Amino acid sequence: MSNAEHHEGTRRDFLYYATAGAGAVATGAAVWPLVNQMNPSADVLALSSIRVDVSGVAEGSQITVKWLGKPVFIRRRTPVEIEDARSVDVADLVDQVARNANRDGSAAATDENRALDETGEWLVQMGVCTHLGCVPLGNAGDYALDGGVGGWFCPCHGSHYDTSGRIRKGPAPENLPVPPAEFVDETTILLG
Amino acid sequence: MSGIPHDHYEPSTGGEKWLHSRLPIVGLLYDTLMIPTPKNLNWMWIWGIVLAFCLALQIITGIVLVMHYTPHVDLAFGSIEHIMRNVNGGAMLRYLHMNGASLFFVAVYAHIFRGLYYGSYKAPREITWIVGMLIYLLMMGTAFMGYVLPWGQMSFWGATVITGLFGAIPLIGESIQTWLLGGPAVDNATLNRFFSLHYLLPFVIAGLVIVHIWAFHTTGNNNPTGVEVRRTSKADAEKDTLPFWPYFVIKDMFALAIVLVVFFAVVGFMPNYLGHPDNYIEANPLVTPAHIVPEWYFLPFYAILRAFDGDVWVVIAANFLTGGIVDAKFFGVLAMFGAIVVMALVPWLDTSSVRSGRYRPMFKWWFWLFVVNFFVLMWVGAMPAEGIYPYIALIGSTYWFAYFLVILPLLGVLEKPLPQPDTIEDDFKAHYGKSSTNDGAPAATPAE
Repeated sequence: MSNAEHHEGTRRDFLYYATAGAGAVATGAAVWPLVNQMNPSADVLALSSIRVDVSGVAEGSQITVKWLGKPVFIRRRTPVEIEDARSVDVADLVDQVARNANRDGSAAATDENRALDETGEWLVQMGVCTHLGCVPLGNAGDYALDGGVGGWFCPCHGSHYDTSGRIRKGPAPENLPVPPAEFVDETTILLG
Repeated sequence: MSGIPHDHYEPSTGGEKWLHSRLPIVGLLYDTLMIPTPKNLNWMWIWGIVLAFCLALQIITGIVLVMHYTPHVDLAFGSIEHIMRNVNGGAMLRYLHMNGASLFFVAVYAHIFRGLYYGSYKAPREITWIVGMLIYLLMMGTAFMGYVLPWGQMSFWGATVITGLFGAIPLIGESIQTWLLGGPAVDNATLNRFFSLHYLLPFVIAGLVIVHIWAFHTTGNNNPTGVEVRRTSKADAEKDTLPFWPYFVIKDMFALAIVLVVFFAVVGFMPNYLGHPDNYIEANPLVTPAHIVPEWYFLPFYAILRAFDGDVWVVIAANFLTGGIVDAKFFGVLAMFGAIVVMALVPWLDTSSVRSGRYRPMFKWWFWLFVVNFFVLMWVGAMPAEGIYPYIALIGSTYWFAYFLVILPLLGVLEKPLPQPDTIEDDFKAHYGKSSTNDGAPAATPAE
């Protein structure tokens, strides 16, 4: 191969790769805004925290509020429910992680690690089945106590959650997640 | 072009020659319409025309429905009721569009089963088959997004469950789901983009339909014998074929008329039979319907999705082998999409050298079991996921995969096929007698 040919070859190669590279970058730059526009818009992202008045929630009942487009269950549990939830051995659980945004990511799925307050009276969790996102029904399922108190059941594909919202049976892989929540005064819960 | 030898368009007048040398469009239409078609095609070869009709029906009724529909969470449900009650002929247009989707899927399943039985997917028609599978996937996407638009309870919760499938993908699933939805949950952003895509995809389907037809016009149609048309000469080819126009156009139109009688009976007298009452309740993110069921045409795949829970040993094994990355939820998703992938790969999984199921004595049994299994899965997909039903779904799902991955590869080796006719002409003679073979024109039979 002569020097001239060699020289011309690499020059052409360089132009070829430079053009193809520039073309690829330009295509990517043009496509990215078209992809990114589908991500959540600013107004959707802005609705990140709400305050909930829980003064009207009686013992043994639950309210559902909408937060980030999804339902949140706020339940005021009876002593029987709390006792049931706290008597479960973590080793018996399908998902042994608390799934509580207010705790360490590796916290064990004890009821103490899931309830909002120390007494365990308040349980706040996302009302979204961890299987495929249906809203579970309250006071239902195989882990409801006698008389249909406590426990959740997802009617879509039959996932059963216990009195602490932990997955016990069915296709769902994880416990109902606990969102960032805290009491800001006696009767108000801040979500988010 | 290497097709079946036949007469091509020859421009005769000055005007035709002028146009033909500039844009040979008349020639393209002529060659498409006069394509030599195997003369032994049976009644299972009519579904293509029914499908073409469905696509046109859905696009035309869809375009006029959009003139009255509003894609917004506060207004969508009301605008559907507006179409039903106020728009002139609106109820009829919507019922045509709703039931048109069902007819579309009836026809596509019949079309696919036809292809599976007569080996239409085998070489050299693999591209036709793959393009057909892409069309089928796009049809499912389009139908799913269309079902979300009325913004009823089933719309909303169907969308939640199906987009939740993407959330099951390990690591990146949640980001993908949020990106698809345009927010943390199904909401206005979701409705708007589904509307946009529901309008777009039918035109993509139309483009792929042209590719589908192009592909099988290049290879020639398959036929019930699976024996190829002779291409040795035009005279030989003419003994095996008849031109598409007028013979098959008239036959297909007759079949379409009969199908449409049934279709209009459904549209006119039982338009909501295939729907769900829950979809006449406006979407509510805080209440899940007691029993979420997809439309009937998705049920077999829905059954496969639900069949694999954490107690099935393959799921446990997959979970263990991947170090927990593949859980029961993701496994179900993989199984559902895998069910379609194995069907798309059937040209390479079926090892038999005989094309048509007519000459495959063992294959026939497995094939009909596959058809029955399809309907069993459809039935079990509509049942609640408890009691005996998950077991039936698991058996049915297993058979689906076994059919493509085990039975079809093995049958090619184990089966002793029956003798096939040498030519399509021989098969035709055997059916209709010798009198009908002269010049390919059927002998006149006395009318009275």
